[in-house]
Amino acid sequence: MAEKNKLSIICMSGDFDKAIAVFTLASGAAAVNYEVNLFFTFWGLNMIKKKGGRDFIGKGLLARIFNFLLGGRNKLPLSRLNFAGASPVLMTGLMKNRNVATLPELFQASIALGTNFYACEMAMVVLGLTQDDLIPEVKKVLGVASFLEMSKGGQTLFI
Amino acid sequence: MKTVTLDITKDHCPMTFVKTKLQLSKMEPGDILEILLTTGEPLDNVPRSVVEHGFQVLEVTPVKDNIHKVVVKR
Repeated sequence: MAEKNKLSIICMSGDFDKAIAVFTLASGAAAVNYEVNLFFTFWGLNMIKKKGGRDFIGKGLLARIFNFLLGGRNKLPLSRLNFAGASPVLMTGLMKNRNVATLPELFQASIALGTNFYACEMAMVVLGLTQDDLIPEVKKVLGVASFLEMSKGGQTLFI
Repeated sequence: MKTVTLDITKDHCPMTFVKTKLQLSKMEPGDILEILLTTGEPLDNVPRSVVEHGFQVLEVTPVKDNIHKVVVKR
Protein backbone atom coordinates (compact mmCIF):
# COMPACT_ATOMS: atom_id res chain seq x y z
CA MET A 1 0.00 0.00 0.00
CA ALA A 2 1.28 3.46 -0.90
CA GLU A 3 2.45 5.63 1.96
CA LYS A 4 -0.11 8.11 3.26
CA ASN A 5 0.19 11.80 2.41
CA LYS A 6 1.33 13.79 5.39
CA LEU A 7 0.74 17.32 6.68
CA SER A 8 2.67 18.69 9.66
CA ILE A 9 1.88 22.08 11.14
CA ILE A 10 4.00 24.04 13.58
CA CYS A 11 1.39 25.91 15.62
CA MET A 12 3.18 28.85 17.22
CA SER A 13 0.47 31.50 17.26
CA GLY A 14 -2.13 31.61 20.00
CA ASP A 15 -4.48 33.79 17.94
CA PHE A 16 -8.11 32.78 17.47
CA ASP A 17 -8.05 33.26 13.67
CA LYS A 18 -4.82 31.32 13.28
CA ALA A 19 -6.21 28.52 15.46
CA ILE A 20 -9.13 28.33 13.02
CA ALA A 21 -6.62 28.01 10.17
CA VAL A 22 -4.76 25.23 12.02
CA PHE A 23 -7.84 23.16 12.80
CA THR A 24 -9.49 23.77 9.41
CA LEU A 25 -6.40 22.43 7.68
CA ALA A 26 -5.96 19.62 10.21
CA SER A 27 -9.54 18.34 10.07
CA GLY A 28 -9.78 18.81 6.29
CA ALA A 29 -6.51 17.00 5.64
CA ALA A 30 -7.37 14.18 8.06
CA ALA A 31 -10.76 13.82 6.35
CA VAL A 32 -9.07 13.31 2.96
CA ASN A 33 -6.84 10.62 4.47
CA TYR A 34 -3.71 12.57 5.31
CA GLU A 35 -1.62 11.78 8.34
CA VAL A 36 -1.75 15.06 10.30
CA ASN A 37 0.80 16.10 12.91
CA LEU A 38 0.33 19.27 14.93
CA PHE A 39 3.32 20.57 16.86
CA PHE A 40 2.33 23.21 19.40
CA THR A 41 4.94 25.66 20.62
CA PHE A 42 4.93 28.92 22.61
CA TRP A 43 1.53 30.69 22.35
CA GLY A 44 0.23 27.74 20.36
CA LEU A 45 0.32 25.72 23.58
CA ASN A 46 -2.71 27.76 24.76
CA MET A 47 -4.80 25.80 22.25
CA ILE A 48 -4.08 22.49 23.94
CA LYS A 49 -4.20 23.40 27.62
CA LYS A 50 -6.52 21.17 29.59
CA LYS A 51 -8.23 24.23 31.05
CA GLY A 52 -9.99 26.23 28.33
CA GLY A 53 -10.31 29.36 30.45
CA ARG A 54 -7.83 31.34 32.56
CA ASP A 55 -6.01 29.53 35.32
CA PHE A 56 -2.81 29.90 37.33
CA ILE A 57 -1.07 26.80 36.01
CA GLY A 58 2.62 26.08 35.62
CA LYS A 59 5.71 26.06 37.77
CA GLY A 60 6.94 29.33 39.29
CA LEU A 61 5.17 32.61 40.03
CA LEU A 62 6.01 34.33 36.75
CA ALA A 63 4.96 31.31 34.68
CA ARG A 64 1.69 31.10 36.61
CA ILE A 65 0.90 34.76 35.96
CA PHE A 66 1.84 34.34 32.30
CA ASN A 67 -0.41 31.31 31.92
CA PHE A 68 -3.28 33.08 33.64
CA LEU A 69 -2.99 36.07 31.32
CA LEU A 70 -2.59 33.90 28.23
CA GLY A 71 -5.57 31.69 29.07
CA GLY A 72 -6.64 28.59 27.20
CA ARG A 73 -8.52 27.64 24.07
CA ASN A 74 -11.66 29.60 25.02
CA LYS A 75 -9.72 32.81 25.55
CA LEU A 76 -7.76 33.08 22.30
CA PRO A 77 -7.71 36.68 21.01
CA LEU A 78 -8.33 37.70 17.41
CA SER A 79 -5.02 38.77 15.82
CA ARG A 80 -6.58 42.10 14.79
CA LEU A 81 -9.51 44.09 16.22
CA ASN A 82 -9.82 41.88 19.28
CA PHE A 83 -11.71 44.51 21.32
CA ALA A 84 -10.87 42.94 24.69
CA GLY A 85 -12.13 39.52 23.65
CA ALA A 86 -15.47 40.65 22.21
CA SER A 87 -14.52 39.93 18.60
CA PRO A 88 -13.91 36.17 18.91
CA VAL A 89 -17.40 35.84 20.43
CA LEU A 90 -18.93 37.91 17.62
CA MET A 91 -16.93 35.99 15.02
CA THR A 92 -18.14 32.64 16.42
CA GLY A 93 -21.74 33.91 16.22
CA LEU A 94 -21.17 34.98 12.64
CA MET A 95 -19.71 31.59 11.74
CA LYS A 96 -22.67 29.78 13.29
CA ASN A 97 -25.14 31.99 11.41
CA ARG A 98 -23.39 31.27 8.14
CA ASN A 99 -23.13 27.50 8.75
CA VAL A 100 -19.36 27.57 8.91
CA ALA A 101 -17.73 25.28 11.47
CA THR A 102 -16.69 27.07 14.67
CA LEU A 103 -13.35 26.64 16.41
CA PRO A 104 -14.67 24.10 18.98
CA GLU A 105 -16.27 22.08 16.16
CA LEU A 106 -13.07 22.09 14.09
CA PHE A 107 -11.04 21.18 17.17
CA GLN A 108 -13.32 18.24 18.02
CA ALA A 109 -13.39 17.09 14.38
CA SER A 110 -9.58 17.09 14.28
CA ILE A 111 -9.52 14.88 17.37
CA ALA A 112 -12.26 12.57 16.04
CA LEU A 113 -10.33 12.08 12.79
CA GLY A 114 -7.16 11.00 14.56
CA THR A 115 -4.96 14.09 14.23
CA ASN A 116 -1.70 13.67 16.15
CA PHE A 117 -0.99 16.33 18.79
CA TYR A 118 2.55 17.04 20.00
CA ALA A 119 3.89 19.69 22.36
CA CYS A 120 7.24 21.50 22.21
CA GLU A 121 9.49 20.54 25.09
CA MET A 122 11.45 23.81 25.21
CA ALA A 123 8.37 26.09 25.21
CA MET A 124 6.84 23.97 27.96
CA VAL A 125 9.92 24.46 30.11
CA VAL A 126 9.77 28.24 29.56
CA LEU A 127 6.09 28.41 30.47
CA GLY A 128 6.54 25.97 33.38
CA LEU A 129 4.04 23.49 31.94
CA THR A 130 4.00 19.70 32.16
CA GLN A 131 2.15 17.23 29.94
CA ASP A 132 -0.39 16.96 32.74
CA ASP A 133 -1.45 20.58 32.07
CA LEU A 134 -2.33 19.65 28.47
CA ILE A 135 -5.26 17.76 26.94
CA PRO A 136 -4.89 13.95 27.06
CA GLU A 137 -4.81 13.80 23.23
CA VAL A 138 -1.23 15.15 23.31
CA LYS A 139 0.75 12.06 22.37
CA LYS A 140 4.19 13.21 23.30
CA VAL A 141 6.40 16.15 24.24
CA LEU A 142 8.99 16.60 21.49
CA GLY A 143 12.03 18.60 20.41
CA VAL A 144 13.10 19.87 16.98
CA ALA A 145 14.92 16.69 15.94
CA SER A 146 11.88 14.49 16.60
CA PHE A 147 9.59 16.93 14.79
CA LEU A 148 11.86 17.01 11.72
CA GLU A 149 11.98 13.23 11.65
CA MET A 150 8.21 13.00 12.00
CA SER A 151 7.47 15.56 9.28
CA LYS A 152 10.01 14.20 6.80
CA GLY A 153 8.56 13.43 3.37
CA GLY A 154 5.38 15.44 3.86
CA GLN A 155 4.25 19.07 3.75
CA THR A 156 5.08 21.36 6.64
CA LEU A 157 3.40 24.65 7.52
CA PHE A 158 4.18 27.27 10.13
CA ILE A 159 1.18 29.08 11.57
CA MET B 1 -26.27 -3.95 4.39
CA LYS B 2 -27.88 -0.61 5.16
CA THR B 3 -28.32 2.68 3.34
CA VAL B 4 -27.76 6.00 5.07
CA THR B 5 -28.39 9.49 3.68
CA LEU B 6 -26.13 12.40 4.61
CA ASP B 7 -27.16 15.93 3.72
CA ILE B 8 -24.19 18.30 3.57
CA THR B 9 -25.81 20.87 1.32
CA LYS B 10 -25.66 23.52 4.07
CA ASP B 11 -22.08 22.76 5.12
CA HIS B 12 -18.85 24.33 3.99
CA CYS B 13 -15.21 23.27 3.79
CA PRO B 14 -13.85 21.37 5.70
CA MET B 15 -17.04 20.02 7.35
CA THR B 16 -18.25 18.58 4.03
CA PHE B 17 -15.34 16.11 4.03
CA VAL B 18 -15.27 15.77 7.80
CA LYS B 19 -18.95 14.76 8.10
CA THR B 20 -18.59 12.35 5.15
CA LYS B 21 -15.52 10.71 6.68
CA LEU B 22 -17.06 10.47 10.16
CA GLN B 23 -20.28 8.95 8.75
CA LEU B 24 -18.36 6.40 6.67
CA SER B 25 -16.26 5.43 9.67
CA LYS B 26 -19.46 4.53 11.57
CA MET B 27 -20.64 2.22 8.76
CA GLU B 28 -19.83 -1.40 7.87
CA PRO B 29 -18.15 -2.57 4.64
CA GLY B 30 -20.79 -2.96 1.94
CA ASP B 31 -23.09 -0.29 3.40
CA ILE B 32 -24.31 2.47 1.09
CA LEU B 33 -24.01 6.18 1.83
CA GLU B 34 -26.07 8.65 -0.19
CA ILE B 35 -24.58 12.11 0.08
CA LEU B 36 -26.52 15.21 -0.91
CA LEU B 37 -24.15 18.04 -1.73
CA THR B 38 -23.92 21.26 -3.68
CA THR B 39 -21.99 21.86 -6.89
CA GLY B 40 -18.58 23.53 -6.77
CA GLU B 41 -16.07 22.61 -4.10
CA PRO B 42 -18.12 19.83 -2.42
CA LEU B 43 -19.03 18.11 -5.71
CA ASP B 44 -15.47 18.47 -7.01
CA ASN B 45 -13.77 17.14 -3.92
CA VAL B 46 -16.01 14.99 -1.71
CA PRO B 47 -16.19 12.10 -4.24
CA ARG B 48 -12.43 12.37 -4.72
CA SER B 49 -11.79 12.21 -0.96
CA VAL B 50 -14.02 9.13 -0.72
CA VAL B 51 -12.03 7.37 -3.44
CA GLU B 52 -8.83 8.38 -1.64
CA HIS B 53 -10.04 6.34 1.33
CA GLY B 54 -10.50 3.32 -0.93
CA PHE B 55 -14.32 3.47 -1.07
CA GLN B 56 -16.32 3.22 -4.27
CA VAL B 57 -18.38 6.00 -5.85
CA LEU B 58 -21.30 4.19 -7.51
CA GLU B 59 -23.25 7.13 -8.85
CA VAL B 60 -23.27 10.91 -9.15
CA THR B 61 -26.63 12.35 -10.22
CA PRO B 62 -28.12 15.84 -10.26
CA VAL B 63 -31.15 16.03 -7.95
CA LYS B 64 -32.24 19.62 -8.44
CA ASP B 65 -30.73 23.04 -9.04
CA ASN B 66 -27.24 23.12 -7.62
CA ILE B 67 -27.66 19.85 -5.66
CA HIS B 68 -26.24 16.44 -6.53
CA LYS B 69 -26.54 12.99 -5.00
CA VAL B 70 -23.34 10.97 -4.66
CA VAL B 71 -23.81 7.27 -3.86
CA VAL B 72 -20.85 5.64 -2.11
CA LYS B 73 -20.26 2.02 -1.20
CA ARG B 74 -18.36 1.64 2.07
